[in-house]
Amino acid sequence: MARPSVDQVWEWLDAVPDPEIPVISLVDLGIIRGVDWQGDTLIVSLTPTYSGCPATSVIEMDVDTALRGHGIEKLELKRQISPPWTTDWLTEKGRAKLEDYGIAPPQPAGGPSRCPQCKSTNLERISQFGSTPCKATWRCRDCLEPFDYFKCI
Amino acid sequence: MTRDEALFQFLLRMGDNTLILGHRVSEWCGHSPVLEEDIALANTALDMIGQTQLWLGLAGEVEGKGRTADNLAFLRDAWDFRNVLMVELPNGDFGQTLMRQFLYDAWSFVMTDWLRGSADARVAAIADKAHKEVTYHLERSGDTVIGLGDGTPESHSRMQAALDYLYPYSGEMFEKDKADELLSEAGIAPDPAELRAEYDDIVGRVLAEATLAVPGGAYVHKGGRTGRMHTEHLGHLLTSMQWLQRAYPGAAW
Repeated sequence: MARPSVDQVWEWLDAVPDPEIPVISLVDLGIIRGVDWQGDTLIVSLTPTYSGCPATSVIEMDVDTALRGHGIEKLELKRQISPPWTTDWLTEKGRAKLEDYGIAPPQPAGGPSRCPQCKSTNLERISQFGSTPCKATWRCRDCLEPFDYFKCI
Repeated sequence: MTRDEALFQFLLRMGDNTLILGHRVSEWCGHSPVLEEDIALANTALDMIGQTQLWLGLAGEVEGKGRTADNLAFLRDAWDFRNVLMVELPNGDFGQTLMRQFLYDAWSFVMTDWLRGSADARVAAIADKAHKEVTYHLERSGDTVIGLGDGTPESHSRMQAALDYLYPYSGEMFEKDKADELLSEAGIAPDPAELRAEYDDIVGRVLAEATLAVPGGAYVHKGGRTGRMHTEHLGHLLTSMQWLQRAYPGAAW
């Protein structure tokens, strides 16, 4: 087969969901740091969100499966930790999808800007941590719903 | 001692601290006083185990004998561990666990901040990653120490007792030997004593707000980071942590 373009590969990767938050793609999450051809080998660089995130190896498997499904035969996945992942790398599309899904997107101020359900700004933090390393738990004081907040790092 | 031998020692010290403390904190999983704290402790432990993979992974690479992070974690015996004594102590009550976490986080925060500028790019990259996580841990352990210290008479007295017990262990983090001197001259790692002023500043500020008194006395419990003498607790911890790899060598999933 002809060597697919780098843009084409990015498009394929944008269709691979994050295993923990399947509403956003790996590209939305900002953890794909590079796609390059070296000769006939495709090199994809990934960075972990948190150093101990158990999803990291599942993500590598998903990328491998997806790209091989598109006919890529020679594939090398590289784990890159520098520069460290930051929530600034979440795409705008990803942030909007998170909120639609009920997870408040990260804010520079360090807390959610509004309740993802009723949009109230009357909020309180329940815990600095949540169901995955990248989230914290908050509650809306108006609609009383607890919700996940994507931590800003 | 060559520079790589010194670096290997240093990386073991970093990775063994996060490994042993990560394991200790994970013992709370399913046992914390409330669900949110359970999740917080499990998350903190997970971050520390993640950092361990990076530190011990690099240690194995620097050693050059083909040992992986897993080999180093699961196939060494107590005398080869280089963690400070404080992290191997049993958890005690919830307050004691959080006090230890705070005393460790404050050091880890200052240490990883320094290491971000290490002359060894591999060390700097790991430190840069870890520092973000440690900043978050420190915020939480500091807030909890303040909440419990400046809390009820019962929580205050437990936190003061935890501090009195643990504080003499904190000095080991600032000890130095030949390996530290070599790495400090090369700009790879700090002279541990250099970190003391900023550490004292952070710890002093939080403990003052927590209405807790810093214990007097200069005695320091040590022997972990040199491997000269661990407490009896490390061996017990390893029997549990390493059991699977010892019973079923090479088991994987």
